[in-house]
Parts: sequence; structure tokens; C-alpha cells
Amino acid sequence: MTQALIQIRNLHFSRGRSKIFDGIDMDIHAGRITAVMGPSGTGKTTLLKLIGGQLKPDAGEIMVDGLNVHQLKRADLYKLRQKMGMLFQSGALLTDLSVFENIAYPLREHTNLSDSLIRSMVLIKLQAVGLSSAHHLMPSELSGGMARRVALARAMALDPMMIMYDEPFTGQDPISLGVLVKLIRDTNNALKLTSIVVSHDVDETLSIADDVKIISQGKVVAAGTKEEIKHSDSPWVRQFIDGQADGPVPFHYPGDTIEQQLLQDIR
Amino acid sequence: MKALINSVSRLGRGTIFLSKILAGIPQLFLRFQLVVQQVYSVGVQTLFITLIAGLFVGMVLALQLYYTLTTFGATDTLGMIVDLSLVRELGPVVAALLFAGRAGSALTAEIGLMKATEQLSGLEMMAVDPVHRIIAPRFLAGFISMPLLAAIFSAVGILGAYSVGVDLLGVDSGAFWSQIQAKVDFYDDVMNGIIKSVVFGFIVSWIAVFEGYDCIPTSEGVARATTRTVVHSSLAVLAMDFVLTAIMYQ
Amino acid sequence: MFRSIEISVGLFVGIGLAALFMLAMQASNLGSFTSEGSYQVSARFVNIGGLKVKSAVKVSGVKIGQVADIDYDSNTFEAVVVMNIEDKFSQFPRDTIASIFTSGLLGEQYIGLEPGGDIKLLENQSEIRHTQSAMVLEQLIGQFLFSKSKDK
Repeated sequence: MTQALIQIRNLHFSRGRSKIFDGIDMDIHAGRITAVMGPSGTGKTTLLKLIGGQLKPDAGEIMVDGLNVHQLKRADLYKLRQKMGMLFQSGALLTDLSVFENIAYPLREHTNLSDSLIRSMVLIKLQAVGLSSAHHLMPSELSGGMARRVALARAMALDPMMIMYDEPFTGQDPISLGVLVKLIRDTNNALKLTSIVVSHDVDETLSIADDVKIISQGKVVAAGTKEEIKHSDSPWVRQFIDGQADGPVPFHYPGDTIEQQLLQDIR
Repeated sequence: MKALINSVSRLGRGTIFLSKILAGIPQLFLRFQLVVQQVYSVGVQTLFITLIAGLFVGMVLALQLYYTLTTFGATDTLGMIVDLSLVRELGPVVAALLFAGRAGSALTAEIGLMKATEQLSGLEMMAVDPVHRIIAPRFLAGFISMPLLAAIFSAVGILGAYSVGVDLLGVDSGAFWSQIQAKVDFYDDVMNGIIKSVVFGFIVSWIAVFEGYDCIPTSEGVARATTRTVVHSSLAVLAMDFVLTAIMYQ
Repeated sequence: MFRSIEISVGLFVGIGLAALFMLAMQASNLGSFTSEGSYQVSARFVNIGGLKVKSAVKVSGVKIGQVADIDYDSNTFEAVVVMNIEDKFSQFPRDTIASIFTSGLLGEQYIGLEPGGDIKLLENQSEIRHTQSAMVLEQLIGQFLFSKSKDK
């Protein structure tokens, strides 16, 4: 197998006193869609920010395209980021710019293209997400699903080698959900991208992912191809995939049992 | 003790942040329309309340002082006293307080919301430094606007005092202006007022952008940061005013 | 869209600069007198009282200049006052008297000039020979009390 595009080795990260990652190893291969799944609050978004170099780990390293993200100089990190697209949960569009200007923004910042060339490139990207006639709208006029599609067009604007999706399916109606699933799969195949999808929506994510990683309580608890995960008999994986209320992740918040607490009240 | 360490580390973060902003300012001159846009939202939108407030403060000063001065038969000095109080003290200070309430809070809220909606992170991931593109233009715009607003406040205040003192109360127009010109010194009074307003503009803009950038990115965090901006920058302006006055008029 | 922003920002900066200009010129002493278009004369006084740099120089109550510099001559034990007088008031005889007066009982002090009868005129950098020092209130009261007690 070829070398992975992203290699994460022994990653430790904590926020305040709570440990988010406690020694994570992960390989993400080029040209595939990798889903990173796990319960809420396990730091999936944090993982993307670590890969993008926005946060610094306590220990461990992240190699992207052969470069150690956290030892790069600022200018090199910014150069690397031009090759990374990221789709934020809220879309993160600049609210004082129109849809067109939002997508043109990275082009204007990083290239010296003429206005007419930028215009055609923006319209092509918008066409790819089906919104070429919405270029004049302001972000406040967009629905949540449309905002994410615009953000996807913006993430693609510089033709990156990879796109990271942060919870792309959360809070979407079934139709926009279908649109997003189709868009993520199509762009990955058409542009030969590497995609990382962070999500806890099991069905949609499994329908497009090639590889799946499940993290919980700071560790990778399962990793493998989609088929391997689907047929895994690990109790962790089964609880997560099947959505069982109780299992390795307990239903009750850890601590004294209710009997003990009631007894304390009596005393 | 813990609160003390927290405040010290905030001060440190704020200073480091300030140095990043200042480092980003030279390249702004290549993209000056970013600054112009911010002068609009920071300065022009504060202009109206500054005009109204300045007019009323000048008129009230004229009324109050007139009745005090009549007991000494010194109403001719009305213009001079109003001018001195506005130019030295009230212009820079009140304009800075208005600026903190109107523009400073708006700056914090805007930047805080951009942080809460991941727009700042989004820029970083587009390999654009938000401190250079978003923060620095706002800071510079505040810094440019503040002395202008303070000057407008004082000028309008003097006109307000003129209309009350001369037109309403019957102070001699010539005495009003000649007393001003005889006693108000350009360097000691007007220049020192301008220096004050420049310092206040620096402080208020700094606190406002820092609070926005440093806030907890939730609606509650943004609301708290906005309140902190108004409280901290008002107190900082008053404290700095004492320090500057002590240095200038010792 | 952007044009209207430009216009309003331009207006704002324009008003701000106009206000600064007004403070500088109309509402302070910067515009009222400059050393350009003026000539200098000096005068020696035994006592200048509360006279300051930028105090007025007046003739018949009209302001014609201001004090530019005050120094002390330790050889003659006198104060040397240099004043700037506007060029258009250049017709002062040599024997003009310079006195230090007080405007009102507690007002500020200024230099009053009284033209004499000489045919020759004061020139730039020349010195006024005849001067009268400031009245010091304490001295006046002292003299008054002294003469009263002598009368008895």
C-alpha cells in the first residue's frame, strides 16, 4: 500500500484539565473518503483543527503530504493550507460579502488572476454545487443547506488536494442531506480528492465512506474499511453503529449509584 | 490569587495580540479600501451621536457657567472657559466614552460573532490571517476616527455654547471669540487635547478588538465580551485621562 | 455600494479636519498672531510682575503684538522683555514709553506703549529706553500704610 497522505502518530491533546486525545494513531489514504466517527464531545472537530494546524498538540505529530504540520514555519503552513479545504459546520461564510465574493475571496487573496477569469472560475464552482444562479445572494439569505454548498464551492476554489468536512450532515432536511451526500461523493471522485468526513450521522456517513475510524474517550476504538466496520463484532462498534443506549459507553454518568446516593440522604 | 493570574495572563495575551496587529498594519496601506470601509462603520456611524452630544454638552456648559460667571461679572470669559473645558478635557473624554459605547461594543460584537460562526477559523484555513485582514483594519480605523470625533465634539460644543451664550443670554460675540483667542493656547491646550484623543482611540480600539477576538465563541461569551469592552475601555479612558493630565499640566 | 461608503467616509474625515482647523485657528491663539510680518523690539524692566510669554502688547487698548521672550540680565539686574509687533504698526517714535499694566483689578498683565514725540522711529531689534515697571499690589499697600502712619 502507498504511503498515507496524512499520518497521525501518538497524538495527545488536552483542553484545560480534560484530555481530548490520549495517544491517537491514524492513517488517511489519498483518494479515499475517510469517515471519523464517534459520540458527541469526543473532539472530532478538534482533530480537524489539529490537522489544519490551528491547534497545537501536547505531544505526537501529524504529517500531511510528508510535512510535519506543527513544525512548519508560518509561511509554509499557510502554503500547505492552500492545499487543504475545510467545510465548517456553520459554513463560516463571510457575512458581509455576497456568495460570489465569498468564493472569489481565496482566489483574490492567493492568485493574480484577472477579474474575468475569477468570475468564470467562481461560476464554475457554483455550478458544481448547483447554485450558479444564486451568486448575488448574501449569506443571510441562504438556507443552512445552501450555505454549506456555497462553503463547499469556496473550499474547492483553490483546487485543494484534500477537503475536511466538519459535521456536514447535522441539522439538514432529507433533501439537502441527499444533495450533500451526492456532492461529497461526486467531488471526491471527480477531482481525485482526499476527503475526511467528521460526523456522527451513521447512515449517511457509511453510505459514502471508504474507510471508517471510530474514536471514543481519546482513543481510536475501531478502524477499517466500511465493510469491516459494518460487520465488526466489537461491542464499541456495535453500540455506535446500532445506536444502543447502553453498552461500553454507559447510559449512566459514571459515579456513585443511585442506591448509594439515596442512602447518603437517609444518613 | 487565581483571578490575579488570570488578569495578568489576559494582559499578556492582549499585548502579544497588539504586537501582531501592529505588525499587520504596514501591509494595510496596500489594501486601504479595507480601512476606509471600517472608518465608515466605526467613525461615520458614531458621528451622529457625537454631533448631538457635543452640541448639548456645549449648550449646558454655557448655561451653567453663565449663571456662575454673572456673580463675578465675568461673563465675557464664557467662551474661553467653555473652550478650555471642551478642548482639554470634555471633548477627548466624552467622545471616547461615546466611542466605546457605540463603536467599541459594535466592534467586539462583530468580531466575537465572526469567531462564534467560525468565520475567523474559516479564514485561517483559507490561508488568510484574520488578524491582518479583519482585526488590523478595524483597529486602525478606530485609531484614525477617534481624534476626528473628539475634534468634532469640541467644535460643535463651542458652537452650541456660542448659540446659547451669545444668541440667548446676550454675551458679546466679539468678547466670546477674543477671550478664546487670547487665552486658549494651541500647543498647551488644543494639541494636548488631540494627544489625549489619540491615546484614547488607541486604548478603546485595542480593548474592543481584543475582547472580540479573545471571547468565548458562544452567544453568552460574545454578550459578556461586549459588556467588558464598554466597562474596561471606559475605565481605562478615565484612568489614562488622569495620568495624561498630570503629565501635561504639571 | 462602495461609492456611497467612500463619500460618507470622505465627508466624515472632512468634517473632522474642519473641526481641527477651527480649534486651531478660531478657537485658540494660533491663528490670532504669528511672528511673520512683525518686527522685534526689546525693553528692560526692574520688575515685570506676572507678565508671561504671549502676553499682549497694546497701544490705546488695541492689541498690536505679543511678548516673544522674557530673560533676566544678571549684569544690570533687570528683566529683558522681547516683543513682536506687527509690521503695520511700525510708526513708533524712539522715545515711546513701555509700561506694564494690569487689565482690571485681578486681570492678567500686558505691556502698554505710549508714543512719544521723537522724529526718529523705533526699528527692528531696537530697544525702548523709557520703561515703567509693574505695579506690585503688596508694595502699593505697604507704601500706602507707610505714608498714612507718617501723616499722624
